[in-house]
Amino acid sequence: MDIGVRKESGVTILEPKGKITIGVGDIALREKVHNVLDEGEKNILINLAAVTTIDSSGIGELVSGYTTVTNRGGKLKLLHLPPKVQDILQITQLVTVFEVHDDEGEAVSSFG
Amino acid sequence: MAAQNSQVHLVIGSHFEDIELVQIVVEESLRKLELDDEVAHSISLAVGEAVANAIKHGNRQNPEKRVEIDFGVDDNEVVIEVTDQGRGFDPDNVDDPLVADNLLRPNGRGILFMTNFMDHIDFSFKQEGGTVVTLRKRLPSAAMAPGPSEEN
Repeated sequence: MDIGVRKESGVTILEPKGKITIGVGDIALREKVHNVLDEGEKNILINLAAVTTIDSSGIGELVSGYTTVTNRGGKLKLLHLPPKVQDILQITQLVTVFEVHDDEGEAVSSFG
Repeated sequence: MAAQNSQVHLVIGSHFEDIELVQIVVEESLRKLELDDEVAHSISLAVGEAVANAIKHGNRQNPEKRVEIDFGVDDNEVVIEVTDQGRGFDPDNVDDPLVADNLLRPNGRGILFMTNFMDHIDFSFKQEGGTVVTLRKRLPSAAMAPGPSEEN
């Protein structure tokens, strides 16, 4: 899986493309989040606009990333949820956990 | 299995990388039914979850153990059976991933996905070992048609 990385005003924006599913992208996402943390960055925004499919393992990696970043004193937020991912966050009730944004500028500003 | 037509039988090793192959075959079979893309995607996701569970929890990623997938269609529904060679489990003793204490667990949502994306799922256990997960999705035309099939 291809995961783009860029920085805006102290926020690292990850942009995974394609599938975040077991054996296809889930480990890549985990490693990318850990790499960002190891570089000393603590504010992560994951842009999911180009994600076509996410399964329970992919959702698990988002949750795992969220708890890891939070435990290290950082914040992990989500941007541009495709309808399929939005549905899954509803089903799993993780909409109550993740802060989700539709506008990148607002999302970046929200990290404070 | 109940399915009479369009029978597909797949056997894979216990490798997560093979799940995508199963989904490609399932999606291609669903395409012939001219199902709505969203419905087809949901079924494919549910099958992926069932196969992932079979590999992870059933066969415990033992590469020598196999997962069998049977896909079929009858007049009313898509029926998919996923069979592993594991020791089975108690479906009534699976933690609820929607309970507040479990919400931040990184795993344990596979059955939740299956129940949400399919109309019916059930588990059966073979005497010689192995779990069979049966996933059923009613075809839209059948779902809209009133009649005696309701008793199923």
